[in-house]
Amino acid sequence: MIFVIGIGNPDRGDDAVGLAIASRIKAATNPAEVTVRELVGDQLALIDEWTGATDVYLVDAVCSGGTPGTVYRFDACDGLSERFRHRGTHTFSLADVIELARALGRLPRQVAGFGIEGADFTIGAGLSAEVAAAADEVSACLLASLKVGV
Amino acid sequence: MTHGSRISVPGLTRVEGEGGLEIVVSDGRITEARLDIYEPPRFFEALLRGRQYTEPPDITARICGICPVAYQMSACQAIENGCRATVTEDIRKLRRLLYCGEWMESHALHIYLLHAPDFLGYPSGIHLARDHPDIVARGLSIKKAGNHLMAAIGGRSVHPVNVKVGGFYRAPTARELRELVPQLEQARRDAEETVTWVAGFDFPGFDRDYEFVSLRHPDQYPITEGRIAAISGLDITPAEYDQHFTEFQVAHSTALHSVLDGRTYLTGPLARWSLNFGNLPADVMRAAAAAGLNGTVTNPFRSILVRAVELLFACDEALRLIREYRPPDPPAVAVTPPHSATGATGYGCTEAPRGLLYHRYAIAADGTVTDAKIVPPTSQNQRAIEADLRDFAEPRLGMDHEILTSECEQAVRNHDPCISCAAHFLDLRLTPAEYSQGTR
Repeated sequence: MIFVIGIGNPDRGDDAVGLAIASRIKAATNPAEVTVRELVGDQLALIDEWTGATDVYLVDAVCSGGTPGTVYRFDACDGLSERFRHRGTHTFSLADVIELARALGRLPRQVAGFGIEGADFTIGAGLSAEVAAAADEVSACLLASLKVGV
Repeated sequence: MTHGSRISVPGLTRVEGEGGLEIVVSDGRITEARLDIYEPPRFFEALLRGRQYTEPPDITARICGICPVAYQMSACQAIENGCRATVTEDIRKLRRLLYCGEWMESHALHIYLLHAPDFLGYPSGIHLARDHPDIVARGLSIKKAGNHLMAAIGGRSVHPVNVKVGGFYRAPTARELRELVPQLEQARRDAEETVTWVAGFDFPGFDRDYEFVSLRHPDQYPITEGRIAAISGLDITPAEYDQHFTEFQVAHSTALHSVLDGRTYLTGPLARWSLNFGNLPADVMRAAAAAGLNGTVTNPFRSILVRAVELLFACDEALRLIREYRPPDPPAVAVTPPHSATGATGYGCTEAPRGLLYHRYAIAADGTVTDAKIVPPTSQNQRAIEADLRDFAEPRLGMDHEILTSECEQAVRNHDPCISCAAHFLDLRLTPAEYSQGTR
């Protein structure tokens, strides 16, 4: 089963880009073929969210100081770069969750995805122009990967 | 520690908060141990001013992603105190049940992924999971049960949206809560195994004469209610907090330090246990006794064991509260602004997973919050953490730097500090005195 999981906070500007893309994928795909989920909050929940999936595409915003709108592709087989890692105790980065799932034997066969460098994470803001353009690009790319119509 | 040497650990993990810690050594003595904090949640107090009295539970919940219920409960109780409102017994029980979910979530996370790796020689929870996946999976399963309990009552597991001044927007049905029972029963069994597992850890020999402070309740292990008590005899209401506890600024931390009548004190599991273990249910006490806990615990490294017992208690208490559950009807009582033309001040204290959380609000007659004070447990524990580091490290300065640094990091994690809920990192520097100049 193919899963697409958008990660983010709907009320924090560009942090919502993963959710926005997930919403578009949901509207353009057959739920019998593609399961689309939105994850708001604790990323540790990913380990449960993708239970039953063979192939998972994750979409999340990135805040690494790069050029806003930059799209990073990642494959969990290769491990995630520092862009997807942050240190803390009460929230786990995407990179940490993937490594924890791998250690627990709960990583789906394929986990890949997109990170989109955000510009503005202001509470209540919408997507910035750069990130909205990147969302178009990633949505099209993702739908092509899923081999379904736009 | 040799003269002129330096231990530096950039990016100490598994300690919450943005800041650093520095130990200054001179002639074989520690002259200073500082916990530097850069990003405390103090701005919340300022942004609360001018808001309506109904808003603090939702606003202050945003201070922390792991203990939002603590902020919501302290805020609600303080505002209800100021507005002279009394909630029903059924609402109080539902609040306690919601809080149990938060304790489960927080304690399971800290025990399994943040603190246990120290005792077992792993650099992180991920490394621990590679060798012991079943053990870490057990911890995650308990955390998940806590998440589900919070979601069932609060609407979601992080930053619940169902809490309001006076109670809840909606009370879950008895059936909705009963559906959680199998998972909570499994969590309780897992928590029992957690106590046994943690009891087998090797705890460094280190005891301190703490001034413990926590809520104390005549017949309950305190979570949501009680008087403020200290091991030295203090016994006051939350309204008397400011008469005894003083906050003040220090140069190296933007989080205010706090003292009790001029003395350093400690809140959290060790304090709760030491002041209240007699109120734990008999079966939880049996598990604690089997794990070697029989009275006051003064070794901070054993806080993980107390936390495990509290985890078992939270599961046990959640099951009890669900068995006795009657949906509060109505789910909230009406709370109106103070009748006095000059307004009123309300006080609230609850036991966050990390310790005592105090809220105070001044509310005008039109319901506007004119002043707010929030004192989180980690803010209160800063001085105790610094004292721990000083007393722990000094007799060990001759140890291998790497080992000493690792044990100092572990000593900080004993108190599960949650500095700013901003999920960054702490930087530990153990520095000879001659290097301390210019590091500020």
